[in-house]
Amino acid sequence: MFQFENLDAFMSMGGHGPYVWGSYGLSLVIMGWLALAPLRRQRVLLTKLHQRLQAKDRRMQGERNEGS
Amino acid sequence: MWQWFHKLGSPRWFYQISGKFLPWLALASVVLIVTGAVWGLAFAPEDARQGNSFRIIYIHVPASFLALAGYYVMAAAGAVGMIWKIKLADMVMVAAAPLGAALTFIALFTGAVWGKPTWGTYWIWDARITSMLVLLFLYIGIIALSHSFSTRESSARACAILALVGTVNIPIIYKSVDWWHTLHQPATIKLSGAPSMHPDMFKPLLVMILGFYCFYVLVLLLNTRTEVLLREGRTNWVKDLAQPK
Amino acid sequence: MTTLKGAFFGLILRDLSVALRHRGDLLNPLFFFLIVATLVPLGISPESARLAAMAPGMIWISALLATLLALDDLFQADFADGSLVQLVLSPQPLWLLVLAKIIAHWLVTGFPVVLFSPLLGLMLSLPKEGFLPLLLGLVLGTSVFSLLGAVGAALTVALHKGSALLSLLVMPLYVPVLIFGTSAVQRAIDGMSYGGVMALLAAASGFTLLVAPFAAAGALKVGING
Repeated sequence: MFQFENLDAFMSMGGHGPYVWGSYGLSLVIMGWLALAPLRRQRVLLTKLHQRLQAKDRRMQGERNEGS
Repeated sequence: MWQWFHKLGSPRWFYQISGKFLPWLALASVVLIVTGAVWGLAFAPEDARQGNSFRIIYIHVPASFLALAGYYVMAAAGAVGMIWKIKLADMVMVAAAPLGAALTFIALFTGAVWGKPTWGTYWIWDARITSMLVLLFLYIGIIALSHSFSTRESSARACAILALVGTVNIPIIYKSVDWWHTLHQPATIKLSGAPSMHPDMFKPLLVMILGFYCFYVLVLLLNTRTEVLLREGRTNWVKDLAQPK
Repeated sequence: MTTLKGAFFGLILRDLSVALRHRGDLLNPLFFFLIVATLVPLGISPESARLAAMAPGMIWISALLATLLALDDLFQADFADGSLVQLVLSPQPLWLLVLAKIIAHWLVTGFPVVLFSPLLGLMLSLPKEGFLPLLLGLVLGTSVFSLLGAVGAALTVALHKGSALLSLLVMPLYVPVLIFGTSAVQRAIDGMSYGGVMALLAAASGFTLLVAPFAAAGALKVGING
């Protein structure tokens, strides 16, 4: 059922290799980016929020210590 | 009943529930797309006329499908957000725009690359590709508009209006381009050979379409979750997420 | 207390007199139209046969671009001096006021383009059968361009560099009108009946006339908060 004689024939796709693999390749890259980019953004967002909250806590601690 | 509806609109609830679905969606997308791609690339029979380049169809058709459907998703979300003032709907709309644009680009790129071995040229002004190009412009317009406004609320309203105007126009645009194309090139081979496809060629296409659907929902949820975090940064539950106790 | 009719015609007259005061601006879309049409033979070929083949499309495209160019003026000037906000807040229905502005705008942009299109037809060797469908089509087409363009102009009125975005936003919406308009002319030239296409175009402009003022009014309320 495998339509090609060997792996070489599969890669070259009867001469249409660059077209087929080019399309699949670029599409895979774009789709991978589509799925991973939001995950990265979320991580960055939460990290930044974490840092901001830490900074605020430290400031409040500092103020409390000064007060007492 | 209204309580459930309101709960549906709560970003926090959405974030928690969608988190549970994500791993399954990701699994389904990967399995379906890999299966469909391998099937289409290696096991589907070669096309008599086009040879192996027709295998591009397994990416081109699902991408075009979702690109178009995605526009309606975006417009519907915008409409819901505008009519019922549900912030979450606005977030879904914003999330859907770049996703749809990327899929339209994939459809255009694969279509052009497919054209080269088939008709000897990368670009051919046939109805499908030309309509896809116009769709890309519609998406880019929405994305550009969403970045131009100062407040998030006016941005969402403006994009919703534009998306709705575009929705009415899409069938008109497609029909008119289709008609225009037949005027000028009455006897060309059509790209959409689906009805005359051999079932062995068609089955992997179905699998890919399903896989792309799952992928679309997955990325839409991911993007919406990002929007939720971005906008609800001041709430306690998001703060808790940032600082696991 | 102004009546509805009074407000409507009053606004049209006011916009027209403001436009006539800046007669130079009035001529801009017209000159643009003529310039594009003149550049075509220079840039492509002066051969009569080739020009005739391209004439319907080139004239329509020039008309489209000329309208796009002029769309900025629809709301910008009023927004800049604050009178747009007054219009939005006035007790008269906003869609009616928007329609009045669109009509006044078309009278000074689309209408001159229609009037000069036969001249362009002459310059671009348009066969004589094409002139009537060109005129009819452009009347309908330029009104649709103004109506749809108003929605885009309303959305982008408060934005910095809104005009580039405006062209991007309305361009896809213009595509069907362009296709129908040029094919009506082409059919007439080829000796076929163009009534059906013209009816389609008329239906499109009728529909747009009904819907666009409301869409533009809604867009205006959103746009001024940009």
